[in-house]
Amino acid sequence: MSNPAHSRPPFIAVALISAAALAYELLLLRLFALAQWHHFAYMVISLALLGYGASGTFIALAQHWLLARFKMAFVISLCLFGISAVGCALIAQRVPFNPEMVLWDLRQPQRLLLIYLLLALPFFFAANAVALTLTYYRDRIPTIYAIDLLGAGIGSLSIILLLSLNFPLQVLGVIGASALLAAAIASWELKLVHARLWVLATCIGAAGLWLLADNSQLAMSPYKPLSQQLRIPGAQIVAERSSPLGVLSVVESPQVPLRDAPGLSLAALAEPPPQVGVFTDGDAMTVITDGNRPPQEYRYLDQLTSAIPYHLAPLRSVLVLGAGGGAMVLQARMQGVRDVTAVELNPQLVELVNGPYAEFAGHLYEQPGIKVHIDDARWFIAAASGNYDLIQIAFLDSFGASAGGLHALHENYLYTQESFTQLLTQLAPDGWLALTRWIDLPARDLLKLALTAAEALEKSGVSDPGAQMLLIRGWETGTLLVKNSAITAAEVERARQFAQTRSFDLDWAPGLVAAEVNRYNQLAEPIYYQAMQALLGPQRATFIADYKFDLRPAHDDRPYFFHFARLSTFPELLRLRGQGGMPLIEWGYLVLIATFLQALLVSALLILLPLWMLRRQAIAVHGQAGRTVGYFTAVGLAFLFVEIACIQRFTLLLHHPVYAVATVLTGFLVFAGLGSNYAGRLVERGRLVWGVRAAVLTIIGLITIYLFALGPIFAAVLTWPLWARAVVSLLLIMPLAFAMGMPFALGLSALARSAPGMIPWAWGVNGYASVVSAIVATLLAIHVGFSMVLLSAAALYSLAALWLPGNEPSALTRYGKVQ
Amino acid sequence: MHYLAFYTLGWMICALACNVSAASQSAEEDAYTRSRTALIMEIEADVRETADSFGRAALDERVITVLSTVPRHAFVPVRERPFAYENRPLPIGFGQTISQPYIVAIMTDLLDPKPGDNVLEVGTGSGYQAAVLSRLVAQVYSIEIVEPLAISAKQRLAELGYDNVSVRHGDGYYGWEEHGPFDAIVVTAAAGHVPPPLIAQLKPGGRMVIPVGSRFLTQQLVLITKQMDGSIITRQLLPVVFVPLTGRH
Repeated sequence: MSNPAHSRPPFIAVALISAAALAYELLLLRLFALAQWHHFAYMVISLALLGYGASGTFIALAQHWLLARFKMAFVISLCLFGISAVGCALIAQRVPFNPEMVLWDLRQPQRLLLIYLLLALPFFFAANAVALTLTYYRDRIPTIYAIDLLGAGIGSLSIILLLSLNFPLQVLGVIGASALLAAAIASWELKLVHARLWVLATCIGAAGLWLLADNSQLAMSPYKPLSQQLRIPGAQIVAERSSPLGVLSVVESPQVPLRDAPGLSLAALAEPPPQVGVFTDGDAMTVITDGNRPPQEYRYLDQLTSAIPYHLAPLRSVLVLGAGGGAMVLQARMQGVRDVTAVELNPQLVELVNGPYAEFAGHLYEQPGIKVHIDDARWFIAAASGNYDLIQIAFLDSFGASAGGLHALHENYLYTQESFTQLLTQLAPDGWLALTRWIDLPARDLLKLALTAAEALEKSGVSDPGAQMLLIRGWETGTLLVKNSAITAAEVERARQFAQTRSFDLDWAPGLVAAEVNRYNQLAEPIYYQAMQALLGPQRATFIADYKFDLRPAHDDRPYFFHFARLSTFPELLRLRGQGGMPLIEWGYLVLIATFLQALLVSALLILLPLWMLRRQAIAVHGQAGRTVGYFTAVGLAFLFVEIACIQRFTLLLHHPVYAVATVLTGFLVFAGLGSNYAGRLVERGRLVWGVRAAVLTIIGLITIYLFALGPIFAAVLTWPLWARAVVSLLLIMPLAFAMGMPFALGLSALARSAPGMIPWAWGVNGYASVVSAIVATLLAIHVGFSMVLLSAAALYSLAALWLPGNEPSALTRYGKVQ
Repeated sequence: MHYLAFYTLGWMICALACNVSAASQSAEEDAYTRSRTALIMEIEADVRETADSFGRAALDERVITVLSTVPRHAFVPVRERPFAYENRPLPIGFGQTISQPYIVAIMTDLLDPKPGDNVLEVGTGSGYQAAVLSRLVAQVYSIEIVEPLAISAKQRLAELGYDNVSVRHGDGYYGWEEHGPFDAIVVTAAAGHVPPPLIAQLKPGGRMVIPVGSRFLTQQLVLITKQMDGSIITRQLLPVVFVPLTGRH
């Protein structure tokens, strides 16, 4: 074994493996969101990341044996990462796990466990490679950690690029192959015996993995809407597009038409014209409608609850948010509206309507008077200067009635009180805002929307918001109208006419009386009418407090519109599962809690196990265990708190969730890498304690400033082009991330002097803390908001400053002498 | 009273199973019968709890009787048989499911089936709902869009002696006009909207039930009734007794 002090660490290989591991993590989220559903993807991947922590445990226990053969162990770890990254993902996606059965079927938790274990393996091997390097070259810890972070930063950028150009399984092949290439480079960097043979073998392996992934099929859950659609005779996918926003599958179904007309009046007589379905990640179908049929074939668009505003007043300009395949644009056109502005987030969807399906759609998006913008709905209205007669928002960000609870953890900035305030300013003086959603029982979505609108109206000085609202309900959908001025008696009368001829019910309108409600679509109790009365009257606070679902409006700081769960309701719902109470359970939230408990349990076990073993092996622990676990837990928790809160904050500036994640993640990793590298110089000068204190003070100072200053800064640059806003974001992230890169490296260096045997263990503790952190950050954000997440991070960093291992004065003197 | 009736029935079935055909009926069938009986008890108790929201005290006794005779285990894949009499939905392949028995009971009851009725089902699945209905009405017509399911359901129903069920592979959107109009229609295959042809094929006074939700979990039931004057009334029902207000005022 050569002396590690005289050899160069395998920097390129470490950077590559870190890049590959981070890219792999983000890819798995895409892959599982596509094959299954987003919330379970979240849980599976959070727990798989425990593989990082487990590697710390493993190396802590086997370090003597491994360090004696470091080079071989390092190269083999890289190879194993590559092989398992591809192999385990391919096997895991074939495990027939069905989240909807998990509370009923004992086989399901077993399958879930199998998926965890499979996906934890690649992270375990990747982390082994890095942790071994850190332990072996313990004099170079800050530099190695810097390279690790820089590599991860490159990985987060690369995955966005890769996903823009390829389908997820192809990207899987690229990641597997690059891990084996990293192994080839490592055999050269480390001057391995028979290096040429190693290079040859790993290159062949890389090609094999790439081919394997490229030729594999995605196994989509048979219960996803796309799988269901494809069972219909004649239905087939005719085109596919992939981007970080999702995989679009275009489905034609010539034998059995799609007939998408959600909430169509039961008085309607005709079926919709031919349609082509576009599924995003196998779910959330939007349709492109044949635009070349005679006008009477589009009458169905007038038989939806969303058509009501066209019957109340003449409308000249309409804004459709979340235009998708264009049904609501077509509706506006058929109602004779000249100016229609459509906003759609996914450019590939617009390209489909304008490209291959342009003729079919009757060149819908290219007709004179129709303007299409590719933008996020919220950020479009934040920057728009509109004077719209109608803003139409139908089913945006909704996966349908069946999936209500699945969306609970998605941040949504469109259905917040701040957003509604902006929406109202975009309306003409007598303009309308129309929000259409599925009818849920007990009532949730529409009530929360009404409450959000009421608060927004009150904030802009309206004393009686109820005078400006109208609620219409069919058997499947409901539409809430919010007017920019008081609704007139004549308008209410026209609404009555509209509802009556289509068998819809009015649940709220100025002057509506109890005898008029609950006629055509009867509920056991006229709960919508009663609730609207309470929410728009003096009973509001009592009603909200007594309701078994959380109806409080979402805010930008707590942007969880779809979170309705109240903890006190869970036991009742679980008890009612025999009576079909299961669908009322908010899965997203339950899954989050379950993930948290599982992560905590596994972490605690795997952190304590090596501690016990190390003591038995008589490796010097030097009374450092308590401090070490405290320090690395605090640092691990705090780092991700800040990172997650910043992703949320900077979405407000960068608008697009994918750009926000890419910019913030890359910025954090790269600048934290530079910070870690700088920490290396402090270690050389023996200024460990000073370094930690300076870093922590900087972090706390910046967090405090950003809590107040980010809003005004964002407002000032909101109209700048995207690249300029990205640069501003990076400049703001730079000092914070730089400081945040220091404490981990400094802590490990402190351990390197006082208890080097504990380095892998500390690495593990940090790994566990990071997993728990991401979950706790979301829980905190749901309950107290993202500002509190940032403040908690500041508090954790303060604690870390107190807990630096080997922080006793005597120990410090010793470090000085060592230098 | 229903409780008693049910008990007697349960014992009668057991007695039949034990004494009359002890030789021919396997112990396995016995076990199925016993667990079916337990399941029906559970459902009855649940229904009594839910009664208020449906405006009736208990399930129609005929529905109970039929549910306790139709062998649900014969309608699920072999590997799911051990769970056939648990009160939960089960996968039947092709991304389709067989509903939670409680939901089947409620839906059947909501259709108000009468011995002379002519019933249409859209979405046969494995044929369980059709089998239940066939013992309560004169004739059941069922349409299934997934061909392998249609074929196997047809065969299964014939083998089990449900002779008054006709299964057809095809698109249920246009109903089955030559056999209409219908006294009751059940649309178990989720539809984006209620097909106008189905409303047209419903007799005045007829009832249509549509479960809304995912493949596994029924969120709510929509009951559509065609009035004698041809107008349509829908009722939206939560299958579960869940009062959204806590009641502290």
